[in-house]
Amino acid sequence: MRTPGRVAGAVALRVLTQLRRDRRTLVMLLALPCLLVVLLWWMFEDAPGSSFDRLGPGLLALFPFVVMFLVTSVTMLRERSSGTLERLLTLPAGRLDLILGYALAFGVVAAVQSTLAVAVSVGPLGLDVAGPVWLLVVVAVADAVLGTALGLFVSAFARTEFQAVQFLPAFVIPQILLCGLLLPREVLPSGLEEVSSVLPLSYATDAMQTLSRSTATGAVLADLAVVVGFGAACLALGAATLRRRTA
Amino acid sequence: MMNNTVEVRGLVVVRGRHRVLDGLDLDVAPGVTGLLGPSGCGKSTLLRSVVGVQRVAGGAVRVLGQDAGAAALRRRVGYVTQAASVYDDLTVAENLRFFARVLGVTRHDVERAVESVDLGEHRDQVVGRLSGGQRSRASLAVAMLGEPDLLVLDEPTVGLDPVLRRDLWAVFHRIADGGATVLVSSHVMDEAERCDRLLLMRDGAVLTDDTPDGVKRRTGAGDVETAFLRLVEDLA
Ligand SMILES: Nc1ncnc2c1ncn2[C@@H]1O[C@H](COP(=O)(O)OP(=O)(O)OP(=O)(O)O)[C@@H](O)[C@H]1O
Ligand SMILES: [Mg+2]
Repeated sequence: MRTPGRVAGAVALRVLTQLRRDRRTLVMLLALPCLLVVLLWWMFEDAPGSSFDRLGPGLLALFPFVVMFLVTSVTMLRERSSGTLERLLTLPAGRLDLILGYALAFGVVAAVQSTLAVAVSVGPLGLDVAGPVWLLVVVAVADAVLGTALGLFVSAFARTEFQAVQFLPAFVIPQILLCGLLLPREVLPSGLEEVSSVLPLSYATDAMQTLSRSTATGAVLADLAVVVGFGAACLALGAATLRRRTA
Repeated sequence: MMNNTVEVRGLVVVRGRHRVLDGLDLDVAPGVTGLLGPSGCGKSTLLRSVVGVQRVAGGAVRVLGQDAGAAALRRRVGYVTQAASVYDDLTVAENLRFFARVLGVTRHDVERAVESVDLGEHRDQVVGRLSGGQRSRASLAVAMLGEPDLLVLDEPTVGLDPVLRRDLWAVFHRIADGGATVLVSSHVMDEAERCDRLLLMRDGAVLTDDTPDGVKRRTGAGDVETAFLRLVEDLA
């Protein structure tokens, strides 16, 4: 009776159905990243140099990560408080299956979201990318899945909505500060540079910046592998911290 | 005798700094068993232990001959938590189809579950826009998927009007007539009359385990509420 992926597929389908019901959230998920890159482009329109080309790719890594982190945390918290998670844990559903179901659903959303944001950036806004555009999309989707994975993991430690929202400044903003977008990572004081090199967003940003500057894909794929590795580790930890029995 | 569906021996549960259950013993046989007691006495904690989601500090909980929460029980036990435990933003049918996929049961089971709680007319309505009673019935329908041998229902009738409560109890009895065990908690004492068997609970202990008539006879009370109060006074 146990078909692998049955539960993950069921969860993913369900989450996508819920999102489809919530039109406003869906529209915001898909439109906001596009509007934000437009805002960035506009900011630098009269500035000398090519700041948009420099910052744009990094932000394409950032938006899906942040948005998916938040959406996932809130979804998980709702699942806990409504009693549905407790019920699911009494059913023949593996904990990793449940977690993978969420990652799958949000991965699909992230793919659409990132494709749109990248299309707007390299199309009408004329973002200059040296590397292949499809790889830009792949990195953005990996970032989104990373955000989902991290959100799933830390949501295990949130008891209330307030705590869940506070995890954004706790787990995400330090990564944004140190990822190399504000200041190249090489010029960070020693200590902080080491910290930044164990944070996944640094690798995502590196990948995006390399893509924008060079046509060589080797370094990008290496960074991408690190991001995917972090994501997989967070999903595994998320499944491990999802306890069937709670106090 | 081994025809008890649930056997609890010396169950100890600590929640926070509070010893909620302290060496509780209990048997539940097929039929409709009511678990009654005042708010905070530990009903939800006990039911959570039976379905295997409560961390326990000691004792044994056996369900259908296995340890509570065993993987093999996950198809055989249906559970409705005290919160409605359905997705408010999905329709009745979508909720059922989701849980049916998780359980690996067919669409036919979904239809049967919808019919048995009489929600056919509302099957395509979003659960968040149903009335309280319809929502409880949607949640109950989910628990009935796959025809479990044990149904554990935590206050499924709270806040419902008398007519709906009567209808729901009729559903419980219909399920039990099929040979299943239904364990229902409530703190409304008049629901006690509708049970085949009564477990009266107070402060984490089972005061009495009897039929409704037996309880009344033993205490000389005219109704279960008075009987419960007499039992409490006897202890004091
Ligand atoms: N998550 C928790 N953490 C710590 N203590 C808890 C928790 N949940 C319940 N308790 C405590 O455990 C005791 C029993 O709670 P329980 O929910 O089992 O009662 P109940 O009989 O179901 O009450 P009600 O009829 O109001 O639902 C209460 O004293 C409560 O304060
Ligand atoms: Mg309760």
